[in-house]
Amino acid sequence: MSSPVSEREQKVLSIIETARAKRQKFRDTQITMAHGAGGKATASLIEGLLVPAFANETLEALADAGTVSLLGGHVAMTTDSFVVNPISFPGGTIGELAVNGTLNDVAMAGARPVALSLSLILEEGLSADILKEQVAAIAAAAADAGVPIVAGDTKVVERGACDQMYICTTGIGVLDDRANLSPASLQPGDKILVSGRIGDHGTAIMLARGEFELDADITSDTQCLWPMVDTLLDQAGGSLRCLRDATRGGVASVLNELARASRVAMVINEAAVPVHPAVAGAAEILGIDPMHVANEGKLVAIVAPEAANAALTALRSMPGGEQAAEIGECKTEPQGMVLMATAFGGKRVMDQLVGDPLPRIC
Amino acid sequence: MKYVDEFRDPALGEVLAGEILGLVEPGRHYKFMEVCGGHTHSIYKYGIDDLLPANVELVHGPGCPVCVIPMGRVDDAISLAHEPEVIFTCFGDMLRVPGSAGTLLDAKAEGADIRMVYSPLDALRIAKTNPERPVVFFAIGFETTAPSTALTLKRAKAEGVANFFCMCNHVTIVPPLRALLDSPDLRLDGFIGPGHVSTVVGVRPFSFIPDEYHKPIAVAGFEPLDVLHAIHMILTQLKQGRCEVENQYARVVPWEGNPRALQVMAEVFELRPHFEWRGMGFISQSGLKLSEAYADMDAEIAYSVPGIRIADPKACQCGEVLKGVIKPWECKVFGSGCTPERPIGTCMVSSEGACAAYYNYGRFAREREVV
Repeated sequence: MSSPVSEREQKVLSIIETARAKRQKFRDTQITMAHGAGGKATASLIEGLLVPAFANETLEALADAGTVSLLGGHVAMTTDSFVVNPISFPGGTIGELAVNGTLNDVAMAGARPVALSLSLILEEGLSADILKEQVAAIAAAAADAGVPIVAGDTKVVERGACDQMYICTTGIGVLDDRANLSPASLQPGDKILVSGRIGDHGTAIMLARGEFELDADITSDTQCLWPMVDTLLDQAGGSLRCLRDATRGGVASVLNELARASRVAMVINEAAVPVHPAVAGAAEILGIDPMHVANEGKLVAIVAPEAANAALTALRSMPGGEQAAEIGECKTEPQGMVLMATAFGGKRVMDQLVGDPLPRIC
Repeated sequence: MKYVDEFRDPALGEVLAGEILGLVEPGRHYKFMEVCGGHTHSIYKYGIDDLLPANVELVHGPGCPVCVIPMGRVDDAISLAHEPEVIFTCFGDMLRVPGSAGTLLDAKAEGADIRMVYSPLDALRIAKTNPERPVVFFAIGFETTAPSTALTLKRAKAEGVANFFCMCNHVTIVPPLRALLDSPDLRLDGFIGPGHVSTVVGVRPFSFIPDEYHKPIAVAGFEPLDVLHAIHMILTQLKQGRCEVENQYARVVPWEGNPRALQVMAEVFELRPHFEWRGMGFISQSGLKLSEAYADMDAEIAYSVPGIRIADPKACQCGEVLKGVIKPWECKVFGSGCTPERPIGTCMVSSEGACAAYYNYGRFAREREVV
């Protein structure tokens, strides 16, 4: 039971939805931290400035990695910069993030990662021991994934011009024949899966900064997702519509992007979303929604309904996927919108994040 | 989460919703105001509206600390933040509130040293680690947050932290409620009373609402069952022809409030003769400033701020939204000119603001089937 929506209210809502469906414009006069948060301001920067400037079909797909045809095959390529503060935190380091983050973007295109490049920007005065630790972490993560680092670059900037170290990595991968993924391919009825508990990375970083005087046993979930994708492709192959790793902006941002790209609605069942109790507790205290908190080793998979169980079983069979869950379903209306069926029995919109609760998360 | 999940139990929610349905008279329209922005947020976040009969309407009130800050105060804050060497600290929501020429976030991008804090004690810590630089804390909020500001100022004084200043924007809850009740364009059947404020001021200050204005009020907690329970209590009062202050949030709110917090506030603050509220104009004795004893820590005395009253943008109807006269979507610029990412008015900024809550959580046609 609910209060009826008047025709006038309906009209206002329709106008808003029409406006939101349009590509966002970049109208800001300067860059603020919000442009780096992975939410709406980031979207306006990418869709309003960068994509139009470099206009091409591959980039316009707004996928985690772009695909190019090369010597008769298809190659996925992506690049990512890492500026996380602090550079070491429970469960990971900036070096591991730099390897896994880029590998994951390649994997989300349905491509097997084959090579990485590595670019280091170092601050004058950085301790050699810290640098050595990070280099060892980079080497170990790359070795774990079985992907060689085949090119690199180093730059040093004056003290204060960067914070200890920033890392940029580029990854390429070979598109897997089993994959047929596109953010625009979602159909009503498709099931929405997440590969495990959400919000661990962002919460671990938040607590590691020590600004909140909160203490909890939460570690970053950074991991390379290719083995999981490999298994998913085996078990659900052609029924997989799209994969996304839910980094900055969290699962909510990913779902909103996909709902818009495919012009479908989504309904998420709040009670089904797996969240570590400590993450739920921290989010509760800080007034943050775990659906907006960053992950570094979790993927969102949209699957045709008939393959949902197989995909879920595949995810749960893999390390880091034990807590995978089906959290919702694609619907027809209201187009482009993500709704949350709350555990209390009501309904609400689940929008992208506005503003930046936590800068420099990755 | 223990002590939280119990108050979010959907089965109990259904029972309460059923009882509420039994309490309403068919054909009668009920209009209740939730005074506090925290309630507005809860109502939308949990979809509490979906459990209410169609003839029970919730109207959003003025109890959102960020929402009531007028533009001139934002300009004063930005001017302070641009003072040489100043480290300016405030809560996160405040960063995005537009002044007449941009927000604090814009000022930060222009080079002002503006830092987001979660507690006034964080600001004091920054002052202690940067003794050579003045640190200004932009204090906002009702009686809920005023005691923590007061305690921080007391501690700064006791520890002799000479570089810590406060720009005080604390306000009190009763004067705007009176202003609302005196305004002829709003007809309400009852109030969901502000739970957080009441932990400090207690329940007694709200007795003027039934005594003088003959409206029932239930001071309520912020979990979905709390809100439903409060509505249940108000409807019961109406049905039984009673009209009084009731305390739904008794597990947290003592009848007399928190005397120690009130005493600290009295020590550190004094009432301003009047204070400007966004969209509601000047309300007498509704704002706090630092008392004589703390005047040396008053940023408005230590620095000269413009102190110019800036009229709200013409298109902005925050005032009417804050008074519950119009629904967020009825504002001329709602969702078009004014969105959470590009707000014109304060109600679209804070997560407790009615417009932001409606835009972020409630913005879909409820009667339209999700198929």
